Amino acid sequence: MSPELAGQIELLLQVVIAGILIGGLYSVIGLGMSLIMGVMRIINLAHGELMMVAMYITYFAFTMYAVDPYVSLLVVLPAMFALGALLQRFLINRVMYTDSILPQNQVLLTVGIGMVLSNLALVAFSANYRSVPVSYAGATLYWDIALGGQTIALSFNVPLLVAFGIAVVLTAGLFLLLMRTDVGRMIRATAQDRDAATLMGVNTKRVTVITFGLGSALVGAAGTLLVPIYYLFPTIGAPFTAKAFIITVLGGLGNTAGAILGGLVLGLAESLGSAYISLGYKDAFGFVMFVLVLIFLPKGLLGKSKV
Amino acid sequence: MTRARLIAAAPLLVLLAVPLAVSSSYLLHLLILVLLWIVLGQAWNLIGGYTGQISYGHAAFFGVGAYTTALIYQATGSAAMAWWGLLAGGITAALLAIVIGWICFRLRGPYFGLSVLALAEVLRLVATNWKDLTNGAEGILFIPAFTSKAAYFYIIAAILLATVATMRAVVGSRLGYYFLAIREDQDAAESLGIDTTKYKMISLMISAFLTGVGGAFYTNYFGYIDPGIVFNLQNISILMILIAILGGVATIWGPVVGATLYILIAEGFRVFIGAGHLVFFGALIIVIVIFFPNGIVGAINDRRAARARSSAPGTGTPGTEAAA
Amino acid sequence: MSLLELSGTSRRFGGLLAVNGMSFSVAKGEIVGLIGPNGSGKTTIFNLINGYLAPDGGHIRFNGERISGLKPHHVCRRGIARTFQVVRPLARMTVLDNVIVSAFGRTARTAEARALALEAIEFTGMTPWLGVPAGRLPLGMRKRLELARAMATKPELLLLDENCAGLNPSEVEQTMAIVRKVSESGVTIVIIEHNMRVIMSISDRIVAINYGTKIAEGDAQTVANHPQVIEAYLGAQHAQG
Repeated sequence: MSPELAGQIELLLQVVIAGILIGGLYSVIGLGMSLIMGVMRIINLAHGELMMVAMYITYFAFTMYAVDPYVSLLVVLPAMFALGALLQRFLINRVMYTDSILPQNQVLLTVGIGMVLSNLALVAFSANYRSVPVSYAGATLYWDIALGGQTIALSFNVPLLVAFGIAVVLTAGLFLLLMRTDVGRMIRATAQDRDAATLMGVNTKRVTVITFGLGSALVGAAGTLLVPIYYLFPTIGAPFTAKAFIITVLGGLGNTAGAILGGLVLGLAESLGSAYISLGYKDAFGFVMFVLVLIFLPKGLLGKSKV
Repeated sequence: MTRARLIAAAPLLVLLAVPLAVSSSYLLHLLILVLLWIVLGQAWNLIGGYTGQISYGHAAFFGVGAYTTALIYQATGSAAMAWWGLLAGGITAALLAIVIGWICFRLRGPYFGLSVLALAEVLRLVATNWKDLTNGAEGILFIPAFTSKAAYFYIIAAILLATVATMRAVVGSRLGYYFLAIREDQDAAESLGIDTTKYKMISLMISAFLTGVGGAFYTNYFGYIDPGIVFNLQNISILMILIAILGGVATIWGPVVGATLYILIAEGFRVFIGAGHLVFFGALIIVIVIFFPNGIVGAINDRRAARARSSAPGTGTPGTEAAA
Repeated sequence: MSLLELSGTSRRFGGLLAVNGMSFSVAKGEIVGLIGPNGSGKTTIFNLINGYLAPDGGHIRFNGERISGLKPHHVCRRGIARTFQVVRPLARMTVLDNVIVSAFGRTARTAEARALALEAIEFTGMTPWLGVPAGRLPLGMRKRLELARAMATKPELLLLDENCAGLNPSEVEQTMAIVRKVSESGVTIVIIEHNMRVIMSISDRIVAINYGTKIAEGDAQTVANHPQVIEAYLGAQHAQG
């Protein structure tokens, strides 16, 4: 095999694997939004801002108490669950049943919540980029493959690998919760048919509170996992809300299993796109895919939307 | 002159008199901003409030109007020629509306608005990356044509009067009724024989035109634009929505109230507190959505209607009240 | 030349042939009743005439001109109006505004639309309900609003789809009185109704269909005694008797 071909294979493998790894993280973000959308039919445009809050919690846990980001997951998960549950209980639930001229109040409400969160952070923490310099931030795992007389040398960012691993665990945990527990059953029932669920004794208002809490916890966890890899700044949320939404649409609105696929597809598309087409337009690939899927595959890539 | 004519002409006279009465350049600047945002609020209101198609990405039209103007300056080197951007920017925005409408009107409800948002973001990325055309993130800078604020005031006042006249004409016409029907129940409107796609498109084109004109004026007034400013989600797209819903969707006076309050609050924050006006606006959106979903003017109208209903016997329905 | 003419009109939905080679005509000024069991294709025929659906085969002619395949708003312009079985007014808008929206199908000018609307509201006796939001109307009035909306377009031909469904006997009487008024004003009517007494008494002619095919045509007596019609409604054993 020629060195050039080996080089191209190396690049391709590197890019594909990186895309899958980040895609796993994206899936967790998308799962949160998909869950919320499936159960409450709410489009949560504050999703990215919730992630931002979790990231700041992680940052301060590290800088003030020297808590490792992965350890702070233990704090972030319940804290974000609580925040999400409170938002749903006191703000969003109020708007879900009222009648007004404009039909999309709850979307606007989440826009307002997101604005408050990101701008509060801006005021409190300034727009400075911050990073959490953990000792293993730059750690790399090397993997050499011998192929056709050439060596394909791949390298992986350890935090990204760990993030992927934990993302898989979180996803599995979510599905266990949904499939095997009573709470999970109630959530699935409400997602299928809220009125029927109410008639069967499910407290659907409480389910919505729990669901928003779960969705927030998931996206918060993703944020914590992202901290060793990314920078942190108050407006980091918006692009991730967009990603979450793109993933939800790719996977089929309300389809949680589809969100996993959606996350991976988005991760791959961004990785491949920025490597082979253009780095500057990286975010544009997601948007274009989003519009194309909405038009041509309105039920998502798998053809199974629940909304 | 009849009394009705006088009342109708009053705003016109007030507007004419303002630059003569107000000498403070700062105050005139604020008033110019208020008038600009009233125009933008009316523009969003047409497609959002009246036709019920909530767009989260109107910055697309604003930015396109702005860049058309800036590009005219770059091509001619003349700030005076850039004023043609008002017309050119509006038309370009309206043409963009055809494309966006064609793509996005297949989608219902929030999916429409979010896909417009997605397209606005794509435009922002294009403007940032296509450096040869737009100078990228550095933006385009030039010295505005006029030095006195009064000139700008008259121009934006004229634009505003034209906007309000257009809104009035549209709302009272067949277009207006069809827009409302589409907002209320698109399927029922189709059944009535209304070509909903065509009328949604007309609404979006007019809305886009007005927004593009706003963007063009902005460029000519400030003399500097960059993709982050004119294609901005929070400061353009979301604020257009806020102004419309704050004042009251589907009312002509709504955006007036909304824009005035917005500028007052934004300036107040800037002067007295320094930062964080967007926090307040976020909170304001929350409050409006929960407590005043029909906006301030809407709430006044609702109270008036409720009072009329309770005092006039025989206008109500005897018997059961069917669900709305 | 008849006002409305269906010749060999057919329409499929996947494997189901909902309307099968339907042919009949309606002369100007007539009231023609269209009867048939549930699912026999009556509303589909209306949808084909109205432009909601295009026929897969055959033609539909109105005033000699082909209208099959035209979109609903074009058909409306030609002079055909139609009411719906399931009424769906614009709930938050007033009765007057609902009818004005309809009247715009006839004219582009607001003043004229308003005049047409007021006329139609007056004609159907809905004037006391002018300013009431349509969503607050009881069912009987909603059905009457349907009629007013249709009349506001000044049609030559009116397709009435179960305008009496769900009404009590006195409401049915009132509605039929208005329908007679409509006919007397020169409008041709095709009416679908399940209430046999009503449709037999008001129609000049009846067309009976079953499974998308015409099974009988003629005056009320003839059709009522036609064996296939009896079979369709009451079952085969009754047809023998």
